[in-house]
Amino acid sequence: MANTGWDEFEIGAMLRTFNEPIENIAGTLQEDRPYSENSSFRASVADWRIEKPVFNKDYCIDCQFCWIYCPDVSIISRDKKMIGVDMDHCKGCGICVEVCPTNPKSLLMFEEKADEEQAIANWPTKEEKEK
Amino acid sequence: MAFDKMELRDVEVWDGNFAAAQAMRQCQIDVVSAYPITPSTPIVEGYAKFLADGYVEGEFVMVESEHAAMSGCIGAAAAGGRVATATSSQGFALMVETLYQASGMRLPIVLNVVNRALAAPLNVNGDHSDMYLGRDSGWIQFDAYCPQDAYDLNFIAFKVAEDHDVRLPAMVHQDGFMTSHTAQGVHTLDDDTAYGFVGDFKPMNDMLDFENPVTHGVQTEEDWHFEHKARQHNDLMTKVLPKIQNAFDEFEKLTGRKYNIVEKYDLDDADVAVVCMGTSVETAREVALEMREKGIKAGVVGIRVVRPFPFFEIQEALKDIKAIAALDRSSPNGAPGMLFNELAGALFNTDTKAMLSGYVYGLGGRDLTKKHLTELFTELQANVDAGKITTPLQQFIGVRGPKLAFL
Repeated sequence: MANTGWDEFEIGAMLRTFNEPIENIAGTLQEDRPYSENSSFRASVADWRIEKPVFNKDYCIDCQFCWIYCPDVSIISRDKKMIGVDMDHCKGCGICVEVCPTNPKSLLMFEEKADEEQAIANWPTKEEKEK
Repeated sequence: MAFDKMELRDVEVWDGNFAAAQAMRQCQIDVVSAYPITPSTPIVEGYAKFLADGYVEGEFVMVESEHAAMSGCIGAAAAGGRVATATSSQGFALMVETLYQASGMRLPIVLNVVNRALAAPLNVNGDHSDMYLGRDSGWIQFDAYCPQDAYDLNFIAFKVAEDHDVRLPAMVHQDGFMTSHTAQGVHTLDDDTAYGFVGDFKPMNDMLDFENPVTHGVQTEEDWHFEHKARQHNDLMTKVLPKIQNAFDEFEKLTGRKYNIVEKYDLDDADVAVVCMGTSVETAREVALEMREKGIKAGVVGIRVVRPFPFFEIQEALKDIKAIAALDRSSPNGAPGMLFNELAGALFNTDTKAMLSGYVYGLGGRDLTKKHLTELFTELQANVDAGKITTPLQQFIGVRGPKLAFL
């Protein structure tokens, strides 16, 4: 693409999302869709993230709240099971952490450079409710 | 199709606005998104009435400004419809930001521009300020001199703009009031013939093609912007004029009415020539004939296609002329006029020894009279006789007060 000349583009600065015609896109998983290089699915658009969510599957109840509330479709869920976070598209807004209902939370925000294994090793314990 | 056809007489008495509205009806525009402004309002009003009366199958979108009007047209065109609207003057100025979007996105919208002066001071009458404002916007610009032209050029505009090798928006200009509100005999096409000439709209990269989703209105920075602009300029420079010529040829076969990219009147043996646009062309033609009775070999050149500018056609038309006047109906505000500059640019590297002088006239609807043109042709002949330009290079015609001339 870097050497593409003025005469090699489609006119109108128009971009195609897919490399081929698509059918039943709603029933096709993202990883199986023929996304083109021009689709933002293929690009990392998360490089300004300062804090990142870390997912701890030990406490997750697969309620799908994070999946529903994520404004960037960056929660990866398959067969209604939470798998993790798409770090190429997550902007670190923290909404998933906010809506997580478990105790302790299954998603917590950490410094972008924080080590995930260490984060999970030091995960907070259950918060006792004050009586 | 679920609409009624309209019986037209061979010759109807229409003003330029109604002629354009009829052409829009006959082209079966899918979407007109419009905001009213004098003197162009009757065009979109006309379309709206045809729609309400069942003569068109389409949508009329009433919006809150001309910026929104063109934005609506852009959305509808990107979605994949045949789209048109109309505006003038201040409305055109408000549209400018979106005009560049339309052409950069390569959407074949047709915009009827009823030329009117730009404020301040506020003025509703015809001059070419708005037409000149659009000249770098990447649109094709046709210029009508009378209601007949306004009718015919709408069909030509759709045919050229929608061609998949072109895919550029086009303006059809007509002079405010002098053309838009002056009723003349207009030779009509019947509905089927008119629609047949333009043909069915053929979508390209339309957003309603769900199997092939596309993103319109993308952002490019220093990495790709230049390439897209280069492509657009290339297509304007190389593809548009041949397509226009083809459309003119086809239209002539269909109707017997012949249009040329550069219109030449009494030019073959002419010594002096006036180059102008709009209704002034017809006045100049009449005066040129009268000058010939007085022994001055006068001719007239009318610019039919303002953009892309017909560089070579102008060179060819003016190659044997000895003294040329470029008539600009827009205040250049600190420069020679646009036509003066374009003609100078076209002729500069040729063998011509022509003397070129510029005239600014008719601002805010001020009349260009036969007397003005008689004096102008006489001045050109004086230049020929003297072998040099005897006047300043830029003169104002018809302005009150001390004579105004520069350069």
